[in-house]
Order: sequence, then C-alpha cells, then structure tokens
Amino acid sequence: MRAIALAAALAVGCAAACAAQAQDAAKEIQRYRQMIAEGSPAELFELEGEALWKKPQGPKNVSLEKCDLGRGAGVLKGAYARLPRYFKDADRVMDLETRLLYCMVTLQGRSQEEATKRVFGSADRPSEMESLSAYIAAQSRGMKLDPGVSHPKEKQSVELGRALYFHRAGAWDFSCASCHGEEGKRIRMQDLPVLYKPASARPIIATWPAYRVSTSQFVTLQWRMNDCYRQMRAPEPNFGSETTVALIHFLTATAKGEPYRGPGSKR
Amino acid sequence: MTRLALLSALLALPAWADPTPAEVQKIMQRDFHPRGQATMERLAQDGVQRVCTETRDRPPAEVAKALEADQMKTIAFPQGSLMGDWKRGETIAQSGRGLTWNDKPGEPGGGSCYNCHELSPREMSHGTLGPSLRGFGKTRGASAEIQRYVYGKIYNAKAYNLCTQMPRLGLSGTLTPEQIKDLVALLLDPASPVNQ
Repeated sequence: MRAIALAAALAVGCAAACAAQAQDAAKEIQRYRQMIAEGSPAELFELEGEALWKKPQGPKNVSLEKCDLGRGAGVLKGAYARLPRYFKDADRVMDLETRLLYCMVTLQGRSQEEATKRVFGSADRPSEMESLSAYIAAQSRGMKLDPGVSHPKEKQSVELGRALYFHRAGAWDFSCASCHGEEGKRIRMQDLPVLYKPASARPIIATWPAYRVSTSQFVTLQWRMNDCYRQMRAPEPNFGSETTVALIHFLTATAKGEPYRGPGSKR
Repeated sequence: MTRLALLSALLALPAWADPTPAEVQKIMQRDFHPRGQATMERLAQDGVQRVCTETRDRPPAEVAKALEADQMKTIAFPQGSLMGDWKRGETIAQSGRGLTWNDKPGEPGGGSCYNCHELSPREMSHGTLGPSLRGFGKTRGASAEIQRYVYGKIYNAKAYNLCTQMPRLGLSGTLTPEQIKDLVALLLDPASPVNQ
C-alpha cells in the first residue's frame, strides 16, 4: 500500500508545494525501504538452495555436499564471509559463484557450458546458482566479512578490481566511479553508494546476495556486475571471469570487517 | 606535435595504480564477449577515456585543452535553427534506452537525461549526478549562440569538459541530430516545462 502511495506521490505533478512534497517522498522511500527489509522472502530461496546442494546431479550423479568452499569439504558455516579467496586446487581467486561452478564441473562432472547456460534466473524461475548462493550465504549471518587479502594472487585480484573500478570504457565512457564516485548522488530516485570507500561499501556488500523487490528476483553479485556493465553499454563480462571476481573481491575487501547480514531484500 | 609530446609525457609518468589501463584493457578483452549490438570494440579505450582513466578525471589543463579541441571537431552542427519540439524532447529525456546489449538495434534511443538531471518540475524522479537544469533557458534565452552550445554539449560533452561523466550522446550514435534538436528545445523553448 505504501509503495502505491509512494508511486502516486511521485506521479502527481507539483507546483508550489514541490519542496514539501519532495520531503514527503523521501520519508515515504525511507519507510518503504524499512518495510522491504523486514519481511524478506529470501528464506524461500535458501530452502530451494539447500535441496539443490544435496541433490545428486551431472554425469557423476553426485551432490555438491563435498564441495570445498574454503573451509574444508562440505563446510558451509562461515564459508561465504571468507570469500573471495585464493584456491590452490584451481590456482586462482574465486568468489562463491565461481567456486560453485568449479565444483559442478569437478565433482559432478558437468560441462562448463551446461552449468553456465542459465546462471541468472527470472522472477518465476530462479537459477540454480541463485538458490545455492542464498543457502550458502545465509550460513555466514553475523560473521564478519573476511575475504582473502594476503596471498599474492589475492593482492593482485584486489588491485585489478580497484583498477577496473576506475577504468573508463564502453560506448558511454563510463567507469564504476561515474555513478559510484561521489557522495550523496542519486540516479533517478536511487541512492548511489561510493563503493571504493569502506563506510559506503560495508552496509551494501554485507547484504548481498539479496531478494530484489522491484523485479521479484533473487540476485547475486555476479548478476550485479553483469547488469552494471550492460547499463554501462559495454559488451558482456563472462560469468566467473577474473574481471568480475576481481571487482567483487575489491568491493568485499573494501567492506572487510562488516558483519554479514544477508541475504536480505533490496529495492 | 605539442599535443603528442604532452600526451606521451603524461602517459610516461608512473601510473597511480598497478595494473595500467593498457593491462586492464587486455584483461577485459579476454574476459568479455560481444552480445547484441554491444561489440568488443567498445572496450578499446580512445584517447579521452585513456587520459581520464590515467588521471582519475583530473587531466593537466594543457592536455584537457588540446583534447577538448579535438573533440570539438567531431561535432557536426546542422544548418539553421537548432530548436526542435520540446514535447518530443521531454519523451527523449525520460527514456533510458539505447546501445545496451538488450536494446534492439535501430530502435530510437533515449537521452537518459532524468537519470542524472532535474529538468521539468513535473518530474520528481530525477537523479543528481549532473547539475539541475531547471529553468535553464529562463536566464540564458534562446539565441543562436546558446542553441549551438546546448546542441554541442549534448552531441559531445567531452568537447567542453574532457573528463565529464556525461556520455557523448551524438558521437556515440545514441541520439540522432533531430533528437538532439528536440532536447535543445526542451531546455531553451520558453514554453517548455523546464522554463516554467
């Protein structure tokens, strides 16, 4: 109801009472955000993710239960809060989704092509990756974000992420900082966090992945990177590439120390 | 020659961060794939993007001046009046379509103006990344000179401020000359809601 009232407030033209109306709208947005943060449907995705984690799949017909997310085979508690990090077996830095893909290929014997065919789902049909992300991330609730930052490849990854953040390219000359570079800015009515600064990055990164109310979808950080590049008028980044992992790594390293409190809800 | 010397001097400076933009570009070329109309050529930085990346959007004044002059040469100003129809301009300003991999090629793009700017007071859902343009034409009038400035700025904002975050909407093929004229009218026509 409040969302409808808000939409109506925004749609009505204003003349003299514009400033007062803008203030009311801001208050309404604040209330709306609080409302969506309270009743989150993320648990539904967590349940679906748990079933998928335990479901035998692929040519080897095994589940993902032996997948090592960095804390040992099958250990989920606190695993998400410590990602991205360097994995010796793969000799590269991986975020949650990239690691899950690695396990689908190595444990379940699935092909990269098959496992990445539909990484981003839709409102009526979430992807396997999204549900799994919800389930695994939920088991780091309350734990401080502590991505790997000491291995040389981890340091390299964070530095690449930082460089990518400020790298201007694409048909519209954008970098991440074009929108996320200055405090207190908005795109339309949406606040834009300055994600290279810890104070802004911490509350944001600590709530991903999340249920997105405006599209009724559960969304992950790989999706967020993908859709930002789409809006930047760039070609499409490969799922789980060094580029997307480095950006996620840089953002998470910037938010380091913040207690994880996702999966939550977003606008 | 001076321009080249300045540029090479700039690029020879130790980079502010590792890896360099050239290395980043190489990694991106490996990690991206074309989709729809979003081709891989879009990842090749031009001189403006390179210098702005290198200097974190604070280029030395002489470099900025030289490159802005180059960008100015890209603007093809149509003959005659540059004022189109402000009503069509409002629709273009509202639309955020164009050039993404899921936009249909050939379909008219939008200016995404309200994403960053306040324009008509009737539209409260506007961004604040760019300056407010409310009442833009009220104080400036609609002389040929100001029309030319607004047209040029929308066509290629980098000709006026090298490292501005505003896209080069004409040069990138996002907007047609007719659409840019409609936006000029939205900003300058005394009847436009922007100037009420």
